[in-house]
Amino acid sequence: MYGALGLLDVLKGPVLAIQEFFLLTGRALRNVIRRPHYGDDIFLQMDIIGVGSLPIVVLTGFFSGAVMALQMSRALAQYGQVGRTGQVVSITLVRELGPVLTALMVAGRNSSGIASELGSMKVTEQIDAMRALGTDPNQKLVMPRMVAAATMLPLLTIISDFIGMFGGWIISVFLLNLTSQQYWSSVWRALEWSDVAQGLLKPFVFAFVISLIGCYYGLRTTGGTQGVGRATTQAVVAASVLILALDFFFSKIFVSQAAR
Amino acid sequence: MPEQSRDPILKFDKVTVTFDDVRALSDVSFEAFEGDTRILLGAAGSGKTVLLKTALGLLRPESGSVWVFGKDLSRLHEEELFEIRSRVGMLFQESALFDSLNIEENVGYPLVNQKSIQCPPEEVRPRVEEALRFVELEGTLEKFPSELSGGMRRRAAIARAVVTAPPLLLYDSPTAGLDPITAHTIIALIVKERDLNNTTTLLVTHRYQDGNLVANFRYNPESGQLEPAGDGQKSELRTRFMVMREGQLVFEGTQEELEASKDPYVTKFVRRRE
Repeated sequence: MYGALGLLDVLKGPVLAIQEFFLLTGRALRNVIRRPHYGDDIFLQMDIIGVGSLPIVVLTGFFSGAVMALQMSRALAQYGQVGRTGQVVSITLVRELGPVLTALMVAGRNSSGIASELGSMKVTEQIDAMRALGTDPNQKLVMPRMVAAATMLPLLTIISDFIGMFGGWIISVFLLNLTSQQYWSSVWRALEWSDVAQGLLKPFVFAFVISLIGCYYGLRTTGGTQGVGRATTQAVVAASVLILALDFFFSKIFVSQAAR
Repeated sequence: MPEQSRDPILKFDKVTVTFDDVRALSDVSFEAFEGDTRILLGAAGSGKTVLLKTALGLLRPESGSVWVFGKDLSRLHEEELFEIRSRVGMLFQESALFDSLNIEENVGYPLVNQKSIQCPPEEVRPRVEEALRFVELEGTLEKFPSELSGGMRRRAAIARAVVTAPPLLLYDSPTAGLDPITAHTIIALIVKERDLNNTTTLLVTHRYQDGNLVANFRYNPESGQLEPAGDGQKSELRTRFMVMREGQLVFEGTQEELEASKDPYVTKFVRRRE
């Protein structure tokens, strides 16, 4: 009896946290269609999340494509199929590495940024002041970040995919002695619409994870500056783990669909 | 007019607020009428800030009810609370100015964002300038909060609280962490706002001298200075003191009653007048 009650107490915290997260998500989604829309804040967040993340996304995309070409060419050489390097690079990038690495990079940069910004506002009573002065913090702070992330992350992923393919091309042409036409035609032929669909659907969903996890941890910050640091770390860890877990489920669904 | 025949502007009726099984407010009851001034004293963690936030509807009581302008806050949704909050000015403990906005945008924020105020866009700037003139910060429109000193931030926050001319003003430790001269300036502004606009004031502080100043001085518009209130004027100020201890209201009365109290906790906050 006491053991069961103890277990109930242990579970209360996580269950409450999940409930609060889904309530925050529900309110943010509802606020998308409610006035005021805070267009300026949405564009500002698009700039911060999208344009601000461009350098790390470009670098990550380039090196992941280049490394993929190098590693795969070695494996493909055993079967005399080095010419298919572009195919492996494009499929891997569009289906998996592009969406996941881009999301992880953006999570590291923006989930932490959002959590620390909102956390600082929380501990300095700016969130309370916002409510006191007639503004719903969810509408003013959460919704613009969610919309901006959902818009920019798929675009960043597309850029990352192309830069990754470009990195693969550099390796293929200068180290593997493939021709440009050989490389790009194998890249192009390998892709199917389902690859593009999952390559765009994943970042769209990951964007909600990145923005809402950051907002959630930021808005529940307590304990002064130490609490802000804790919220920032928790946001990055939770967002990263959730991205990888969701990626697994998405991959499972798409692989099962392809197998039918 | 006797107080009993009027409706209170702010009323706490057996209000209890808890956080994770800890009672931050315990069975608190009091009333404040139009033009009243309430000085709320208490040690750190005694529930003073929680009381103010509950009065503004930022915190929901576990039991009891909070009435502001005749409306029970516990029955209102967040959206409905915005209308009530537009008639209440609040100065937060750390000013709570928005870091990303300049002083003009900060002070104009309630005018732009509170739906029930409906301030025309062309009137925002003049009203912001007027509020900043009131706190003698005219030259700071373009500055950001980080560029101002602690005292100036507190004054800018007062300007934001009074820019909509609310009939009820809540001040949370307005002099905390300030030097005596700046603290005097801040209290003088509070007295000035109270006397010029006849606002109902709830002032949270742990400094008895703040309460003493508010209870015994009035603003002279001609000289622009505070001056001691005469015996007749003191009754007009209608200042009452309240003392909180561990979430409970342990004292409520006039300054004379406060100074005559034998309660060891209450006497800690009282500095006898010469």
